[in-house]
Amino acid sequence: MRIKNTFTQLKENGEKALITFITAGDPDLDTTERLVLEMERKGADIVELGLPFSDPLADGPVIQKSSQRALEGGVRTPDMFQLVRRLRKNTDIPLVILTYYNPVFSFGLEAFVKEAASAGVDGLIIPDLPLEESDELKKITSSQGVDLIYLLAPTSTDERIKRTDKKAGGFIYCVSITGVTGVREEFSSSIENLIKRIRKYTSLPLALGFGISNPQQAGLAAYYADGVIVGSALVKIVEQHGDNPDLLIKKVGEYVGSLKEGIPGQFSDFPI
Amino acid sequence: MYPDKNGHFKEFGGRFVPEILMPALEELTGEYYRLKEDKIFNQELTSYFNSYVGRPTPLYYAWGLTELMAGPKVYLKREDLTHTGAHKINNTLGQALLACKMGKKKVIAETGAGQHGVATATAAAMFDLECDVYMGEEDMERQSLNVFRMRLLGARVIPVSSGSKTLKDATNEAIRDWVTNIENTYYIIGSVVGPHPYPEMVRDFQSIIGREAREQVLSLEGRLPDSLIACVGGGSNAMGLFYPFLNDTEVEMIGVEAAGMGLDTDKHSATLTRGRAGVLHGAMSYLLQDEYGQVSPVHSISAGLDYPGVGPEHAFLNITGRVNYGSITDQEALEAFQILSETEGIIPALESAHAVAYLLNNKEHFKDLTLIVLNLSGRGDKDVNLAARLLEVE
Repeated sequence: MRIKNTFTQLKENGEKALITFITAGDPDLDTTERLVLEMERKGADIVELGLPFSDPLADGPVIQKSSQRALEGGVRTPDMFQLVRRLRKNTDIPLVILTYYNPVFSFGLEAFVKEAASAGVDGLIIPDLPLEESDELKKITSSQGVDLIYLLAPTSTDERIKRTDKKAGGFIYCVSITGVTGVREEFSSSIENLIKRIRKYTSLPLALGFGISNPQQAGLAAYYADGVIVGSALVKIVEQHGDNPDLLIKKVGEYVGSLKEGIPGQFSDFPI
Repeated sequence: MYPDKNGHFKEFGGRFVPEILMPALEELTGEYYRLKEDKIFNQELTSYFNSYVGRPTPLYYAWGLTELMAGPKVYLKREDLTHTGAHKINNTLGQALLACKMGKKKVIAETGAGQHGVATATAAAMFDLECDVYMGEEDMERQSLNVFRMRLLGARVIPVSSGSKTLKDATNEAIRDWVTNIENTYYIIGSVVGPHPYPEMVRDFQSIIGREAREQVLSLEGRLPDSLIACVGGGSNAMGLFYPFLNDTEVEMIGVEAAGMGLDTDKHSATLTRGRAGVLHGAMSYLLQDEYGQVSPVHSISAGLDYPGVGPEHAFLNITGRVNYGSITDQEALEAFQILSETEGIIPALESAHAVAYLLNNKEHFKDLTLIVLNLSGRGDKDVNLAARLLEVE
């Protein structure tokens, strides 16, 4: 319920959600914990934690390298749950795990979701699990009170959007461009069409991601969507300053603050 | 019949890909099913197979090998005699023709050793398609001659420096390209792996191997073989041979995986023997992975078998027991590589040498059988440098 409450609260205040992504365990789990708390302090509304996978085929080079660093540091599924448990002692911010299907499947769908729920995870995003293959996991997440968050893309047909709306929980992750995650100079101008097309078929909050990397782009995205997802731009800061956690936390905090300022607090069309 | 309409072979197969690709895969499936039944498409493909690839390939009675076996007669299906030297061309021509029919101007592919890359570059050159091939940096170094061949054929070879810098990572990178350029790019996958419809489609294009072999053995011997043997990496040459015989329940089938330095080391690629169910590159199948589902590094002397996954239909045929899977080490394959060269005057690809080795190492199993067909999936020209290096050291 944390995700729904967050969007409802934001809506009441006439604000948009800032959703930030970092990889769990890059540069290390303690720093990830501090980063989450700092991002919340600087205005993040929801945090996505990446559970690293060896073959992240929906990710560009920045997140690929980050996943590799975390895996080389020994981060595996149980560490993720421990991290969330520790975080839950200090924060109530919605936490979403983003990972690929194999780590979830390998842990056991039911075991994974139960562990996640009891640790305090609110949602799950699995970019290589499309609608058609998600029935079994969806049943489990529903029974455990975890939102299974689906993705929609510019290539999604109206028919797929309708079917996704029937299943999706939390919010819909709208992929702004055809491509992988990453920092881009050019930010797709077709997002207006995408959001309007998806909005026709769903009343769930729509969060826009992929390629949003600066306050201007975040502001533009928030003009249309209910939330803005920023990942690679933050992970890039982790890459640059991973060897100096104090400086890293300061830099990430500043960046999240600037994103928050870039997001205007009006134009929401999310019906409560 | 498998797969079902969602591309599942029971619990295996399916489509585990980003949403961006789903509409394109649905479109591809529709187009493929339509053309599969299209008379003109099939005539065209057959004509390329005959005049360009050199099909049908011979079914050769290997009397030297037969003598060594002291029991069953051994026939070799000579895919090594195809244009470009391996079965890979059957699939790339089929898919390139399909890409043309779909109006695509550009194809991409992944490659490990470069065999599928060369076969794709060849088909692209013939059909006048732009072609990008993704190849791990480490493989590019090991197989520099194939890199040159691809470039000569007009393809662009794109080095992949992520992860282990080998086939698995080249495949990730090809999928990322595809996700980005989905509107105008056709992805030619090189084996019976990937999301639906690829495992089915690649199997169908490769089935020419088994259809020919079945007809040839019936005409030469007047009966079906007792046993079929083929090596399995992703598994396309094996599926191609096995598929037309699946309903002949009296025909035993054996897939041979790479045991590398040994099954009890962490340097092998014996996915069905030592892996468990998991998802990689868009399909549920067997996978070599750690306790938490991270894909393991793999090894084989033969680059074509050096892959942590396997086609979902093999995973299915493994659990139903229709096909038996065994494995052969680097050393055993290298010995068979020499034995076949000496006894038959045929230098096999190191991949195919795994199948030969399985035969030679299991004489006891085969001694009461009378007729065996082994798929000689490729020729060994590409491996002579490596073999020379390894054998001189010995």
